[in-house]
Amino acid sequence: MRALPFVLALVVAAFAIFGAGRAIGNSYAFFLGYVVVQYIVLGTAWNILGGYTGYVNFGVTAFFAIGAYSTVALYKLVPAMPLPVMVLIGGAIAGVVGLGTGYLTLRLRGVFFSIATLALAVVVQTLITNWDFVGGARGAYVLRPKMAPLMGGEYVQYLCVIMLGLCVIVLATARAIERSSLGYGFAAIRDDEAAAEAAGVPTLRLKLIATTLSGGFMGMAGAPLPYYVTYLDPTSGFNLNYAVNAIAMPLIGGTSSWLGPVVGAVLVGGLQEVLRVTISSAANVLVAGVLMVAFVILAPQGIVGLFKGKRR
Amino acid sequence: MNAILSGLLLGGFYAAVSIGVAISFGMLDIVNIAHPAFILLGSYAAFIGNSVFGLDPILSAVIALPAFYLLGMAVYQVYYVAFERRDDQSLRGLSFFFGLMFITEVGLVMIFGVDYRLVQAPYLGEKITLGPVELPFRLLVPFVVSIVMVGGLQIFLSKSFLGRAIQAVAQDQLALRLMAANPIRIKRIAFGLSIATAALGGAVLIIIQPVEPSIGREYIGRIFAICVLGGLGSFSGMVIAAVTLGVVETLTATLFGPSWSPAVSFGVLLITLAVRPNGILGR
Repeated sequence: MRALPFVLALVVAAFAIFGAGRAIGNSYAFFLGYVVVQYIVLGTAWNILGGYTGYVNFGVTAFFAIGAYSTVALYKLVPAMPLPVMVLIGGAIAGVVGLGTGYLTLRLRGVFFSIATLALAVVVQTLITNWDFVGGARGAYVLRPKMAPLMGGEYVQYLCVIMLGLCVIVLATARAIERSSLGYGFAAIRDDEAAAEAAGVPTLRLKLIATTLSGGFMGMAGAPLPYYVTYLDPTSGFNLNYAVNAIAMPLIGGTSSWLGPVVGAVLVGGLQEVLRVTISSAANVLVAGVLMVAFVILAPQGIVGLFKGKRR
Repeated sequence: MNAILSGLLLGGFYAAVSIGVAISFGMLDIVNIAHPAFILLGSYAAFIGNSVFGLDPILSAVIALPAFYLLGMAVYQVYYVAFERRDDQSLRGLSFFFGLMFITEVGLVMIFGVDYRLVQAPYLGEKITLGPVELPFRLLVPFVVSIVMVGGLQIFLSKSFLGRAIQAVAQDQLALRLMAANPIRIKRIAFGLSIATAALGGAVLIIIQPVEPSIGREYIGRIFAICVLGGLGSFSGMVIAAVTLGVVETLTATLFGPSWSPAVSFGVLLITLAVRPNGILGR
């Protein structure tokens, strides 16, 4: 499939999902849909760096929370600002943080980058906790408007539309990267960085592009969060679940293509919701971690890899 | 003055929690980011020994040592079969440890809840006063325990055959194999040792501060900052780095407030990586 038909197909799928939600007419469907689509965006964003170049970012919560808290700050400064603008700004800030972290650590071995991102999550949390303007340790309230702008209906439907739009953008970007020279450069870095460098691939620049894109999309995924939860404090904004899910879903689905994170997010996100309703909320957070460990040990190519292997 | 001194004592304690990573990351090249989770496991083992059986927390940790050693060997065996043999340590190996860390944390939350837990011992409230200087036992006991542990391991690694083999495995596996030593077995033993240190590290952690399952995350940055700053594979560098970080953190907490101290380790880590990635005493 060429790029344009693929994007059109994604848009049609997004409209179909949204239409189905409206047909059900239950706001729970939208709350659930928002979470799953958010994880598709987060997982794909992580996969652009982790799956394509092989550099593991454990600081998902840092980028996600930067997006969320930039919305809180903007909400306090300019309450009338439309949400899509906030999403763009949040994404831009998170992208710059990604670029900076990458610039300092990506010239070294990959594990140092991973360790730095782990520590980054703690530091950003420390900064936010000490920043009173966005609520500090007490947290901040964001008033969710009753009605969705432009289209009517509940506001959560609007949030869902924004998240679906982000999802279309991030999936189209990921697929375009896979099929461009950028993607081949990423794959060369993943498979043998020294050889790629020797063959003239500008590895540092490519890695910085990947980190910036990945961080920026994570920030965008986090930006609508304050409107979704209406009350945001550092403990929930920096919840380790976001990081574990964003890493587990691509690893479970398969890291080599854009389809992997989607499969992983739908399966794991759906399973978690079923467990949360039927058993307990502790069990539903455990499942992503257990599945991730099981998959990296037993099926390193993920679900998509299993199917590809059978066909061959 | 008291701040610097308690920083020094805190640094000794940081050496105790970092030495496991100094072994696994510095010598075996296994990036065990789940180490803080094992330390918390040690804390809870000390907590159970103390609150259920009324034992001294350090003694409980010593009793738990063999179990942690075996756990470490088991973890290494899985890691070797699933990742090291397939040469897939970077992406999936790291994710494996990340998953272990998360599972341990959630598991501890499910068993013990998110309340802060602490241990009791008759000496913990006491302190020695030397002129203007105060030495609380709460910091002094962890300091002594960790100095004994670090010193003991240093002697073991430099004097015994097994210890030298562990140091050799980092440098030249082939040469070791030619000397009829099995590098996998050596690495399994060394990783077992590194997890065993987490039992004692956890016990001194719960003596110093009350523990709840998620505080392990604060220690990831600290531990790796210490190991990188000290130079991988160098115990003396690690101790110097641990003491430095302890002092800087205590001074930061005194000057700017305790909520800022987690940021110190990240700053140290980033500056080290940017300026001198080999650490102060690195090879």
